[in-house]
Amino acid sequence: MNGAHDLGGMHGFGPINPEVDEPVFHEEWERRAFAITLAMGSHCKWNLDMSRYARESMEPAEYLSTSYYEHWIHGLELLLLEKGFLTEDEIQQRMSDIAAQEKT
Amino acid sequence: MSKHHHNDPLPDTVLRVKALESLLVEKRLVDPATLDELIETYETKVGPRNGAQVVAKGWTDPAYKQRLLDNATAAIAELGFEGRQGEDMVVLENTDDVHNMVVCTLCSCYPWPVLGLPPVWYKSAPYRARSVIDPRAVLQEFDVELPETTTIRVWDSTAEIRYMVLPQRPAGTENLSEEQLADLVTRDSMIGTGLALDPESKA
Repeated sequence: MNGAHDLGGMHGFGPINPEVDEPVFHEEWERRAFAITLAMGSHCKWNLDMSRYARESMEPAEYLSTSYYEHWIHGLELLLLEKGFLTEDEIQQRMSDIAAQEKT
Repeated sequence: MSKHHHNDPLPDTVLRVKALESLLVEKRLVDPATLDELIETYETKVGPRNGAQVVAKGWTDPAYKQRLLDNATAAIAELGFEGRQGEDMVVLENTDDVHNMVVCTLCSCYPWPVLGLPPVWYKSAPYRARSVIDPRAVLQEFDVELPETTTIRVWDSTAEIRYMVLPQRPAGTENLSEEQLADLVTRDSMIGTGLALDPESKA
């Protein structure tokens, strides 16, 4: 599939700016996103190609403006829905529950 | 303009990750202890120090180096490094004539068992876009200047094959032990966006 992820040879992205002494993860949510993605992978309901395809299915402008683990989470959510592990409503409900809890 | 490639997440992202984790744990699809173990493994155990040991052994043991170039996956496994995202490894030897450099233009394929998880810049659009059309300029951004006569070979990783560069052994390191040599091998030197450290400048 070609798409926004197919970046080889594209112009206009500017300098690379490597970060000095970069940590493995920058924020706690990245740790969690990484771990749940790997752990769910061990159920063998999908393979690496399917995960990649799910990540790359992101809307192109969104793909380019979001960070790496956001691609992962987008892909994971899609596969969880597709394989019937979770439903959209469940996820929305849990998100509002957690948001409400965090406000108190 | 200094543009940092570690963008802030979308407003809902953090919440979404929490919701997914909480649901998956509740349904016993993931085990919290496994999650913590995975994070700890990749934060503290698997990293470029592994690859540096492979390189140092390759520099000191010609038979090992040959095995590394013939069948990297097996040679790397001899040191106990194997598994996820390193199932099919290829080692690329840098020489005076050829400098190898690794990218994954489509995504972020990277040899986890020897280098750990990739840095943000490796997964970023600028590196993925530019390394294949203008590697010399990319190398300059990493402060690597190579002679015009050196051929730069860029290798685009795939989900199957993962590359690691065997950097050139620095001059003046004849008397160093394997462990001291490993200290000279940086992560970037094994991606090909750096060179092994000069023992003089390091000391």
